[in-house]
Formats: sequence, C-alpha cells, structure tokens
Amino acid sequence: MSGVHVTTTVNGDAVEFVCPPNEPLLDVLRNRLGLTGAKEGCGTGDCGACSVTVDDRLVCSCLVLGAEVEGRSVSTVEGMADGADLHPLQSKFIEHAALQCGICTPGFLVAAKALLDRNDDPSETEIRYALAGNLCRCTGYDKIVRAVDDAAKDIRKAKAKAATKTAKAKAKKAAAK
Amino acid sequence: MPDIQFSGAVRQAVGDVASIHIEATTIRELLRKLVERHPRVQSLIDEGLAVSINGHIYRDGWTTPIPPDAEVFLMPRVPGG
Amino acid sequence: MSDNNQNTNFTNQEFKVVGSRPERPDGIDKVTGRALYGADTYAPGQLVGAILRSPHAHAKIKSIDTSKAEKLKGVKAVLTSKDLPDLVGGAGPNYDILVNCMARDRALYDGHAVAAVAAIDENTARKALKLIKVDYKILPHVTDVDEARKPNAPIVQPGTRTANVEPAPTKDSNIAARNQFGHGDVDEGFKQADVIIEKTYKTEQTHQGYIEPHACLASVGPDGSGELWVTTQGHYTFRTVCSTLLGLDIAKLKVTSSEIGGGFGGKTHVWMEPVALGLSRKANRPVKVVMSREEVFRASGPTASTSMDIKIGATRDGRITAATADLRYQGGPFPGMWGLLGAMTSFACYNLPNVKTVAWDILVNRPKVAAYRAPSAPMAAFGVESTMDLVADAIGMSPVDFRMLNAAREGTRASYGPTYGPIGILPTLEAVKNHPHMTAPLGPNQGRGMACGFWFNFGGQTATDLNISTDGTVNLTIGTVDVGGSRASMSLIAAEELGISYDEIKCNIGDTNSLGHNDTTEGSRGTFSSGMATIFAARQAIDVMRERAAQKWEIPVEEVEWKDGEAHAVGVHHSNLIPLSLKEIAKASPRTGGPIAGHNETVADNAGVSFASHICDVEVDPETGSTRVIRYTVVQDAGKAIHPQYVEGQFQGAAAQGIGWALNEEYIYGEDGRLQNAGFLDYRIPVCSDLPFIDTKILEIPNPDHPYGVRGVGETSIVPPLAAIGSAVSNAVGVRMDHVPMSPPRIRAALKAQAASEKAVSAG
Repeated sequence: MSGVHVTTTVNGDAVEFVCPPNEPLLDVLRNRLGLTGAKEGCGTGDCGACSVTVDDRLVCSCLVLGAEVEGRSVSTVEGMADGADLHPLQSKFIEHAALQCGICTPGFLVAAKALLDRNDDPSETEIRYALAGNLCRCTGYDKIVRAVDDAAKDIRKAKAKAATKTAKAKAKKAAAK
Repeated sequence: MPDIQFSGAVRQAVGDVASIHIEATTIRELLRKLVERHPRVQSLIDEGLAVSINGHIYRDGWTTPIPPDAEVFLMPRVPGG
Repeated sequence: MSDNNQNTNFTNQEFKVVGSRPERPDGIDKVTGRALYGADTYAPGQLVGAILRSPHAHAKIKSIDTSKAEKLKGVKAVLTSKDLPDLVGGAGPNYDILVNCMARDRALYDGHAVAAVAAIDENTARKALKLIKVDYKILPHVTDVDEARKPNAPIVQPGTRTANVEPAPTKDSNIAARNQFGHGDVDEGFKQADVIIEKTYKTEQTHQGYIEPHACLASVGPDGSGELWVTTQGHYTFRTVCSTLLGLDIAKLKVTSSEIGGGFGGKTHVWMEPVALGLSRKANRPVKVVMSREEVFRASGPTASTSMDIKIGATRDGRITAATADLRYQGGPFPGMWGLLGAMTSFACYNLPNVKTVAWDILVNRPKVAAYRAPSAPMAAFGVESTMDLVADAIGMSPVDFRMLNAAREGTRASYGPTYGPIGILPTLEAVKNHPHMTAPLGPNQGRGMACGFWFNFGGQTATDLNISTDGTVNLTIGTVDVGGSRASMSLIAAEELGISYDEIKCNIGDTNSLGHNDTTEGSRGTFSSGMATIFAARQAIDVMRERAAQKWEIPVEEVEWKDGEAHAVGVHHSNLIPLSLKEIAKASPRTGGPIAGHNETVADNAGVSFASHICDVEVDPETGSTRVIRYTVVQDAGKAIHPQYVEGQFQGAAAQGIGWALNEEYIYGEDGRLQNAGFLDYRIPVCSDLPFIDTKILEIPNPDHPYGVRGVGETSIVPPLAAIGSAVSNAVGVRMDHVPMSPPRIRAALKAQAASEKAVSAG
C-alpha cells in the first residue's frame, strides 16, 4: 500500500507525514507523531478516549483518516496547556480529583474544552450531555462534572476581567480624546 | 487449646466434621498437625488457606501465635478485584 | 459531603496531613497526555503482535496450518500452542492460564486464542492471521449456567468431577465444585419463623469495562532474559506466572507496570502477555500486543453469570431465624472460586443464628472469569437483599429497621465462619436511616430503595523502600500499582510519619527488579498494605536519623526523639541542643554513615472487613420500561480515609459500576454460543448523562490491625446497587425484578405480566 503525503497543523505546529490511506488519525498521532495523549479505548467511536479537534470540530480520531487532515488544524490534549500554564480545565480536573486511572482524561479534557469554547456557562445537564460521548469507568462522572463546572466559572471570571480591562482602556482612550 | 473449625472444601478434607481439637500454639504447628491427621488438607494449603484467629484473618504468617481458648477458623483464601 | 476531619477514635490519633486533600502527584502527567499507559511505549525494532481467535463456542482443533502466514513478507514469527509447551504438569491454575492463553486441542469459547503472529506492522499482522488455516470440528456447547448443570449438557472439560461431594462422583459434570458455609440448624430455624420468603434470582455476566484495553510490550533475548512493559494490577504476579509458563528464570524477567487505565480485577489475570513474550522469543525482537475492544470483551475475564435460590425466615417481631442460599456461578471453562465467594459473602451483613450457604461452581463455554470488584458479592447480595425487603414487607417493618435489628456487630459470628471484631454495618445503617435522602419527597413513577453490602478486603505480601536524598526530599518506592490515586495517599502517609511536607515526597511504583515481591493490587489492598509498609519503612528511616543525631550530639540514641520532622534531644542534660531537621541530617549523611533509607517487607494481614449501605431513587417510564437513577447516596466505612477525595471517588465509581450492572450491562450470547455485543455500543456502560451526582458519606470505624485504622475501600460499594435499584424499581412501579440487568425489555415484560395478572384477578 503506497503512502499518502499529508501536510497539516498539529497543536499549532506545521507537520508532515506519510501514512497508508486506511490509517486512522489516531494511529498517525500516536505512532508517527509521538503524541500518545489520545488513547484508543475502542477504535469504533464509542468511548471518546481518542477525542481531538479538527478545525475546532470535536471528533473521535479513530474514525478520521490521517489522510483527511490535509490542510487542516488538529488540536490534541498535548496542546491544551500554554507552556507551563495549565488550561483551567486541566487545573480543575486535578483539584477536584476528576480522574482516577486517567486513561479517559485526555478525551474528557478535549471534549470539555470544545463545550466551553462554545458555551462558557453550561448547565449541569448541558455538561452531562456534552460529555456523554466519553466513557469513564472509574469516577461515576461526579467529580468530572464538578470540575468542568468550576473551570467554566474560572473561564467566565477571566473573560469578565479581560472585558473590564478592555472597557477601561477604551474609556481611557475616549477620555484622552 | 483451640477447637479448629472448618467450612467448604476444608471440611470435606477432614471427613465432613465441623471442628476438631488440635493442640497448637502457632499457625505452623496447627497446619503441620492437621496435615499429619488429615493428609488431604495439604493440597488445600498449597492452593491457599487463610486462618482466622479470634476474627483476625491471616493469609500467611506461620509464626503467628494462637492464644489459648482462641476461636480458630480455617477458610479458603479468597482473591479480590 | 464527607466528614473528613475525624480522628481515629480507636487509636485517638491526631493526624497532621493524613485526611487532607492535596493534589495528586501524577496529576499533571495525566492531564497533559504525558503519562505512559500500556500501549504508549515503543522499542527499537518492535513488531506488532496479533492473535487469531476461535469463532466457535466449542470446537476440536484438528489441525492448524501456519505455512502460508509464515511465508508472508514481513511476518517474523507465528505461534501456536506448540510454542508454549506445558511446563506446569498438565493441571492446576497455571495450566488453566496456559490453556486460556493459547488453545491446545480444543477451543473452549468464542474468542479463545488459537494462534498468533508477529509482523513488521499491523496490516501485515492482520493479513497473516487470515492466512492461518484452522481445521475445526465443532462440538456442542453450553453457555447458560442453569443449562450447564443439567445431566445431558455438553461437557465443557472432560474429566471434571464435582469436588467436595461425598461419595465422590463417578461421572463427568460441568459442576466443578460444591462448597458449603454456615452454622446452626436451618431446618430448626425455619420452624421458628412466622414468615418465610423463598425466591429464585438470576444475574447476567458483566465486564469490568476498563477503558484501557490490555496492552504490553515484550522483549525476550536468546539468553533467556526478558522485559515486559504491561498494564497490570500485579506486575510481580505477572512476572511469576509468565516466567513459569515460559520456563524463564523469575529474576531475569523484568516487569514494569505502566500507568494502568482501569482494572477493577480484570488486570489481576494474565491474558495475552505470555503470548507476546513467546512471539518475542521466537522472533528475537520486541513485540507489542494491544487487544482490540472486541478482544477485551470476548477474551478477557468478565464476571460470572449466576442463578440462585434465597430463603429467609423471620419472626413477626423482625428477628431472622434462619437463612439459606443455593448459589450457581459459572467461571467460564475453568474451575474458579466464584460460587464459593458468593456463598461466603451472601449473608455476611447479618447476625444469623442459623445459616447455610451452598455454592456450585459451574463450567460453561464463555471466557475465563476473572475477579471484578468485590468478586461474586454483588450477585449474591442482589438475591439476599431483595429477599430481605420482601421479608420486611411481609412483617410490616421498614427495610432499614429490619436490617438494623438483624445487623452483625462486634462478636457476631459471620456466616462464613469467624467472629467479627469492630465492624461498621450498623453505623452505616444508622447513617442511612438519618440521612435526609430517606425522607425526601418522590414524584410519580419514582421509588426509593436501600441495600447493604460486604467485602472482606485483603492485605498480602508487600515490600516498600524509602530513600532520603541529601536535600531532604524523599523517594518512596512501592510495589502495588496505583489504580486510582494511591501515590497521593502513600505520599501523605510518608509525610505524616517523617514530619515533612507532602510535596517533598516522590512516590514511584517500583518495577520487579527494584523491590521484593508484592502481591497483586487486588482486594482493596493498595492503601492498606503499602500504607502499612510505608509507615514501617519511614519509622526505620527515622531510627537511622535518630542515630545520626545521637552520633553528632554524642548522646545515647534512646535520648533522641523524632518529632515534627526533627530530631530532638530529650532529658534535662540536653536542653541546650538545638533540634536537627531531616534536611540537616540528610545533608550531612555522606559524612555520617552514608545514605539514609528505610525499607519494609511484610505480609500485611487483617485488612479489615468493610460494609456499605446505599440509598437509591429511580424513575421508571412505564411505557418503555426505561429506568433512570435520579438520586444516589453511598455510606461506607473506610476505617480511616487517608485522602478522602479519592475514597469518595472509589465509592462513586463502584456505585456507578453497580448501577450499570443493575440496569444495562450484560453479555448476550446467541444460539451459536457467540458473543453478540462485544463492543461499547451494544454493551452499554453508564455515560455521563445517565447518572446523577453520587453523594457519599465516609464513616471511620478504625481497623484495629492497621496503625492508622485503614480498611480497604475500593470494592464494597459495588455490592449494594443491584439490590438497592431492584427495590427502588419495586417501590416505583410495583414489580419486584428477579433478573439483572433490569433492562427496559425485562421491566416492560414484568409490568405487562403484572397488568395481565391484575386483569385476571379482577375478571375472576
């Protein structure tokens, strides 16, 4: 089977690889790019452990072919933290003990981020349904839902702070005029 | 000195009696004397037995002392998940 | 929320850091994707291993032709049972594991391994499997636990004679063993009863459902030395079993436990690891084998399916006079102790004058059963606790009061034999009785149930090392696997003993070359036994540090005390000596006698039994039979909660698994004996939107045999949910379910049958 040459972006970096046309994106990430954060729990799109985003769309990377991400932008759990600064979801998962074995955690974080990116004030029900595609067998989801809810609070606070700052700066600018 | 009580497979191996009297001051001595009288128990010991002394369950520990008048119970050694 | 600031009332210990909730030390690795699990490592020149599995429930393997696969370009090794010769004497538990790893003359279940290949990549390995020709002669099969007991059932393992039956049977049977427990005279006891309820129950087979499939990277050289990186609950046990099956020296096989993506008992057992090692030995290259989810379901240990008869008699004033259980558990095609465990645990919550439990361990053509969290206890508890409710109802008592009246307490003779020490069943029931959940209003089609559960908990062989660096930070190496945050608990314990900060401890899981043997992390033993060994190792290191201080001060060591992370000189003569901190002693260690360490090798016995009582509210849709858990409360005795957040996590996770078992999860076999739902789509475990928050209450009735009072906490709370939900369903819509899972079709059928019988009654 001759390989497909793919040029894409992964966690903001330009990446090239060659893979067989039938190879899932998950295998590309794990076996060709050394990004083993996404896990294979089922290979059939039922468990969500391999969740990544492709152009901001949440997908199971076991159901996407490597060849399909040509020219797109892929984000994985490895790209969530900003250097040493964890994303609020990452911090809150640790703080709330929202992981036990941790195998499902990368998928939950990516899926939760996809939720909070479009809705930073989700209800408990919205959180539960947004994460219903991710299986966790250790926690009973209790602490996961609490962690996502708490992270959303932090994100809203940070946004409000940033908005006040911008408003103040604008007011200052207007006053100066 | 204790009456040793049995259940399950151990009870069958000692001839389907609920208890027998054995003079023993340690688990090692108890098991040795039990096997002398009932050789079939040896294979059960090899597979794994637990000894309960006054409700404290020992899975190993041959030197564990058996107090006089202790309640001693031989039971299967069971796994967990 | 839990009471997390109680001190251990048995020992009156005051704790400084034990009982607090610091962030886990492996947290950052696990939220950034850095943590390495079973499938996350790679070795130079590694091959991909793949396994061919039987499509038949039961078949004679007449021949296997591997010649075409061997000739395929890129295939480096093909393995059959011939490559795994019997080195264990043709019988016993290790022989069963060998046969289960690779079928010999017969395939015993759908999914049984029959051959394996190692090739340069996955595509080549899959192609090679297709080129292997197995000539099967299909044999009659049996997958149902009740069918397998019938005299004309196909024999799963010829030569099996029921053990522990007198006179010894002369005919083959699928009943591997009978075991009996109990005391008193049940016939006499039932004569004293005013009310006797007898009922038959059935539970279906469920899987542990860990999200990480089995995975390993094996490497064996021509010199017989090997390495195995594997997701496991017991790397030392895996080392012993794999070495024994392959004829390797135990010391020459280094097994490293990867981060483990869930186990719940399923990773206590060796499945394809000997095959991976065998392939590597044959190819003389590293081989990675990762099971697919389908393989996990078809060929790695689920729990037993069961049927049982439960009978309980009581007086009108609520005293149980006698109780019996006849329990049938299947263990797949190999003898196990699953029925026996059901018989031991079934009535363990209660103080019974007359009790008899009989277990039958049955063989069927299903995968080899492995432990699943408090193995065998949930099914027996479903039958017993459901019957307890029926008796309570018949005598007009509340289910809680009836249980409290009959609860076991200190001095009660357990139904499985010994007499209990201090135990927590009654306090959990009192907490349930007084919980606001019990009196909260319910809506239409909603019902509430409660139930109790018991688990033994175990200790076992444990070895731990504690090394103090020259900057005063501490490496703690333990040999039990961290399945749910135990490194945090171990670090808390070491910090408590040494009197230093939690952040100054680095806890690692040692590979098999770095510590003595540690038993498998099962039986809720991790925090109990490694915690105990950590305490003793730390105390040994403290003794070394006291000696160093005594040397410096030139005073007898008896006059040096360790307090709050410092050596203090005690006595009137030393009042001018400034205490020496751990850091100062550690810094000086190169010049005062060398490295400072403590270690401990022990058999940690007396893990302390634990009890839980649960409350559950459900809402049943009478149209569809679909049932939703709308509120759930767990009360469990932890002995002493080292890190309460992770104790709560154990309670919540166990309850969620029990809820899945109660409502959805089951292995479904076709007439052809093949598993029909080997995937997460059709074997549905609870998802986030299925569950409510799960409230927890941690009770602390200290275990007198642990220095801090710790009991195991991981397993007990999977025991009550089946019955608690069964009772809640009964209270919601009036049908008492006797078959788990209580899936929509079963509940709908029960509702229809009830309506039909009501109609018949009103018509009559």
